[in-house]
Amino acid sequence: MAINWFKYSAPTTFYGLAGKLVPWFAVASAALFAVGLYIGFAVAPMDATQGEFYRIIFIHVPASILSMFLYLIMAGYAALGLIFNTRLSAMMASAMAPTGALFAFISLWTGALWGKPMWGAWWVWDARMTSELILLFLYLGFIALHSSIDDPRRADRAAALLAIVGSVNVPIIYFSVKWWNTLHQGSTIKFSGTSMHIAMQQAMFTMLAACWLYAIAVTLARVRSIILEREKQTKWVSELPEVAQGEGKQ
Amino acid sequence: MKPRQKRFVYIIVAVAAIGLAVGLVLNALKDNVSLYFTPTQVYNKEAPEGRSFRIGGLVEAGSVKREADGLTVHFAITDLHKSLPVVYKGILPDLFKEGKGVVAQGKIEADGLMHASEVLAKHDENYMPPEAKDALDKAAAANAAATGAASSVGAASAVPVAQ
Repeated sequence: MAINWFKYSAPTTFYGLAGKLVPWFAVASAALFAVGLYIGFAVAPMDATQGEFYRIIFIHVPASILSMFLYLIMAGYAALGLIFNTRLSAMMASAMAPTGALFAFISLWTGALWGKPMWGAWWVWDARMTSELILLFLYLGFIALHSSIDDPRRADRAAALLAIVGSVNVPIIYFSVKWWNTLHQGSTIKFSGTSMHIAMQQAMFTMLAACWLYAIAVTLARVRSIILEREKQTKWVSELPEVAQGEGKQ
Repeated sequence: MKPRQKRFVYIIVAVAAIGLAVGLVLNALKDNVSLYFTPTQVYNKEAPEGRSFRIGGLVEAGSVKREADGLTVHFAITDLHKSLPVVYKGILPDLFKEGKGVVAQGKIEADGLMHASEVLAKHDENYMPPEAKDALDKAAAANAAATGAASSVGAASAVPVAQ
């Protein structure tokens, strides 16, 4: 059976596929958020040392994981765009940047909210937090650089370089708590096992899955808009039922 | 080589080179990147003298004493090899407890005490409900009583201060 994998690397076909996938991911994400929040607030017990405050991890940890993974995937798409000169890869990278920036911001913000009652400080310049802040700035820099260049193909290349260079930061964030003395505690989720009560784990991993599905749904929806905007001069866009209808009404 | 293979190699080389450069810089700045010094480092004179720095470790068991004013607290920070006495005037974070992680910022004065201006609590990566914690503590206590090695943490860190 020969599947043409490159069929969906063309914006023309991917636009339709993404449109079909978005509702599924959106609904699944909403359902998992509901389940995850229920387990997180109603089932999971309180923590022996941190009391109820620890529940921030149900959003803090997924947001942090997503901010790092999305950056690596974004840099991967950017590299694909540079190497193969494909249009869609660069559009995917641009579509992921705002979601990644949002997760990086949520991670820092919830961390600060939790840090004040637990550590006694909103913010400390330790290696984990500083490198996560740099990640947020890399996302914002990617978006700013891309929008500061008018020619989209040149903007793609410049922003792709920034994304690729910045990917060096991701392993630094992950290993910072191992390499240096930090106020941030070490990893709870390790390859050797997770040092966490089972119901807490269920809530956290459900929320993680929900965040993944949310990120996919939002990215696909956003890439559809980017495709339409970038390809608006083409015949296939003007022949789309939703576009043709809109113009007919005006 | 095709142009796209060339571009692929360029990207790999660029990422490797930047990674190496960042790695070297971070290695050179190792002491500055770490948030705090350990008591052992302070004894080995690796911490800056005469100015403020952070020290981190565990609050030594049995070392916490409050003065009559209710605000001034004396305690010792230990890394289980050396311990350093600290005095702090102010409100301690909720998680501050004997045997738990702590980071204090301050200066070692002539009296040999670190006069802390800020005390932060550091906690570990384990999350468990109170009942599980109780069970663990009981098991540990029973174990320690059986082997006769009770309070080994407190004993190992009881090193006299000589500054």
